[in-house]
Amino acid sequence: MVVKTLTGNYAVAYAVKLARVQVVSAYPITPQTTIVEKLSEMIEKGEMNARMIRVESEHSALAAVYGAASAGARAFTATASHGLLYMHEVVWWAAGARVPLVMAVVARAIGPPWNIHVDHQDIFDQRDSGWIIAFAQENQEVLDLTLQAFKISEDPRVYLPMMVGLEGFILSHTMAPVDIPDQELVDSWLPPRRQPYVISPDTMYSMGNIAPDEDHYMMRYSMAAAMEAAKQVIDEVDKEYGEIFGRSYGGLIECYKCDGAEYYVVITGSWAGDAKKAVDSLREKGVPVGLVRVRFIRPWPRERLLEALSGAKGVIVFDRAVSMGSVGPLFADVAQTLYPLGISMKGVIAGLTGVDVKPSVFEEAIAGFIKEAEEGPVYVPSEWLLPRKYRGKYPSIPREVVAR
Amino acid sequence: MTVNLRKLPDLKYVMPGNAACPGCPETMGMRYLKMAYGDNFVMVIPAGCSSVIQGIWPKNGINAPVLNIVFAAAASAASGMKAAFDMLGKKDIQVVVWAGDGGTGDIGFQALSGAAERDEDIVYICVDNEAYMNTGIQRSSLTPYGAWTTTTWTGKKEHKKNLPLIMIAHGVKYVATATVGYPTDFIEKLQRAAKIKGFKYIHLLAPCPVGWRFDPAKTGEIGQLAVKTGLFPLFEYVEGKFQLSPLSKRYKDPAKRVPVTEYLKLQGRFRHLLDKPEEIRKIEEYIDSVWYMIDVLEKAFNPQAEAQKLLRTL
Amino acid sequence: MKAEAYPVLEEPKTFFLAPLSKPAPGSAGKTGTWRTHKPVVNLEKCTGCLLCWLYCPENTVIKLENGKVAIDYEYCKGCGVCATSCPFDAIEMVPEV
Repeated sequence: MVVKTLTGNYAVAYAVKLARVQVVSAYPITPQTTIVEKLSEMIEKGEMNARMIRVESEHSALAAVYGAASAGARAFTATASHGLLYMHEVVWWAAGARVPLVMAVVARAIGPPWNIHVDHQDIFDQRDSGWIIAFAQENQEVLDLTLQAFKISEDPRVYLPMMVGLEGFILSHTMAPVDIPDQELVDSWLPPRRQPYVISPDTMYSMGNIAPDEDHYMMRYSMAAAMEAAKQVIDEVDKEYGEIFGRSYGGLIECYKCDGAEYYVVITGSWAGDAKKAVDSLREKGVPVGLVRVRFIRPWPRERLLEALSGAKGVIVFDRAVSMGSVGPLFADVAQTLYPLGISMKGVIAGLTGVDVKPSVFEEAIAGFIKEAEEGPVYVPSEWLLPRKYRGKYPSIPREVVAR
Repeated sequence: MTVNLRKLPDLKYVMPGNAACPGCPETMGMRYLKMAYGDNFVMVIPAGCSSVIQGIWPKNGINAPVLNIVFAAAASAASGMKAAFDMLGKKDIQVVVWAGDGGTGDIGFQALSGAAERDEDIVYICVDNEAYMNTGIQRSSLTPYGAWTTTTWTGKKEHKKNLPLIMIAHGVKYVATATVGYPTDFIEKLQRAAKIKGFKYIHLLAPCPVGWRFDPAKTGEIGQLAVKTGLFPLFEYVEGKFQLSPLSKRYKDPAKRVPVTEYLKLQGRFRHLLDKPEEIRKIEEYIDSVWYMIDVLEKAFNPQAEAQKLLRTL
Repeated sequence: MKAEAYPVLEEPKTFFLAPLSKPAPGSAGKTGTWRTHKPVVNLEKCTGCLLCWLYCPENTVIKLENGKVAIDYEYCKGCGVCATSCPFDAIEMVPEV
């Protein structure tokens, strides 16, 4: 075990090397570029035995790794923002083809205007595709999650591709000490590649020609079943990883200061770190608040959330993305899950387009919600938290859509 | 190497009972592909007629492993497959892209250019039926001048995009033209391509009875006429050397070419041109320009041969 | 409403179904029913040149032991390419409907 100071992007690269990926293909896009640069360097220096296909677009990048994966190789790509949107149809194709595959997504805002800073719109835009989607909070978790992604994706109960999200610039370009596991230990934990089929003359399988509607439906149902099974696989893999490598994150969700909490923050992504600081500060002031970090947004951890939140008086959700014209996507799934509890809920849209949300801002929002909820039931599905310089200067979008 | 029809085993080179139209040139071409490559290949097929020809799951009308892929990505998916086979030690499996003119010259063009520039070790076959046939005969950049399609009711106003020339300009290892009208020529070209490491491109003219509006019994005949009129010269470009195929050599001489009206009058898509001599003239001029380009290619890529010819005349 | 209203999966059942197929005849059904004309081989005229076998788009021209050919009528679509390709006029397209 070696500890190196790595950026989040380099953490991804080291994980890909440790996983013994055989084919890499990617197209540069800020803030993902250093992942690909590092992998290229490793391959050309002979540190990693893989082929790098320097494609001419992201659509081609995912198609190339999908082709490689279908032929039997462990394959990897990485992208962000517009690149992810460009490969969108291949994202769906790879999932429907049930090909295990891992992709790192360095979350970045979508234009226009051009913006290279973080938000979660790009990765949330892939929610419905059938990929397993997870978010890391720290660089160490980025490496661990990327490694785990191969084991989860290639599990026979799953056989679905997986996206590992890390926030652009916040993690991708920020350095932190990262424990890089030994290759031998990884080899003993990560089995050789498993996949449901290979397109090759020895199998004579073909993938994708027209199927009757009813059978296509059952193929979609098969994916839904795999997503359900994936919940168990994810928790299992995380627990086993903890036993072997000494680090475990709670599986589908991470509960932070949940003991004795009456109110909870629900959040995903790297900015959860700032929210946790707000929770720390409130706890010092005696406010009974905890935080649930949703590590996996797909499969949606319905059961784990209910288990963690069934005693709550109120939940405030922070979304770093919005389904334009409606609510934040994280809130939508949380509300759908917690509906039977009938508790106070609020969905806050913040941090879009790279706007930084300081712990003090989180603290103010959380405390404000708790104060309201203590006075009576609160249901605010969507409230935009404007950047400081514009707060109070613009009319807010109507806060309440449901009468108290 | 010549193709011995008697020696070729009576296999299912394509599975009968597939979804292709009667007289379809694509299934003809697929049979020649399997005659050339036997069991040792995989196909990457983007959206197009050949996607549908495969018929209904769980059966496949093509007797080969097929990776169906989204429209624009065939060349890239094939690059990935080949990289995987190499890494897995299965280096002798041919990865063959079987893409239509749309999936090659239009929506698939970017990926094609990328794979060609990277000299990916794949065989890329453009099966050119000169329109987006699968979606109901809409024009593509490879639809010839004057042809009726459902998006060019008064005939296409632009000439056919010269994809083989564009591939030569990419400097790839092998570029050839072929047609289902001359199957053994196509099979031999496939066999030669298989021996080369690097990017190989074969442009297969595939006359479509439904889209070109002709009697399905004439698919092969029309493929041959395209060559005999000089419209579609057969050639090979191999590692920097250019040569006309024997079947096309005599059509260098315009006097030996079959009049293009013999080709046009068999196809309903050109019916509206037959009484317009100025339009026919445009097509004849196009044929002249095609042969001018052949002349340029011969001179550019056979400087020694040209020099020798010149010396002999002095 | 109680949280227990949500069932928790004990042992998640998976079943795997993917769009995977294998080569088989008849992927579009019995395409012999598509024909309006059927090719009839005149074995006297047939020389066994195998050009029809080469050109048939459907792989429904079958080689016989004696080097000549026969037609698989279960799948033959009646396109007539075989008849056109025969240099000896040994195949006739006969109306069926």
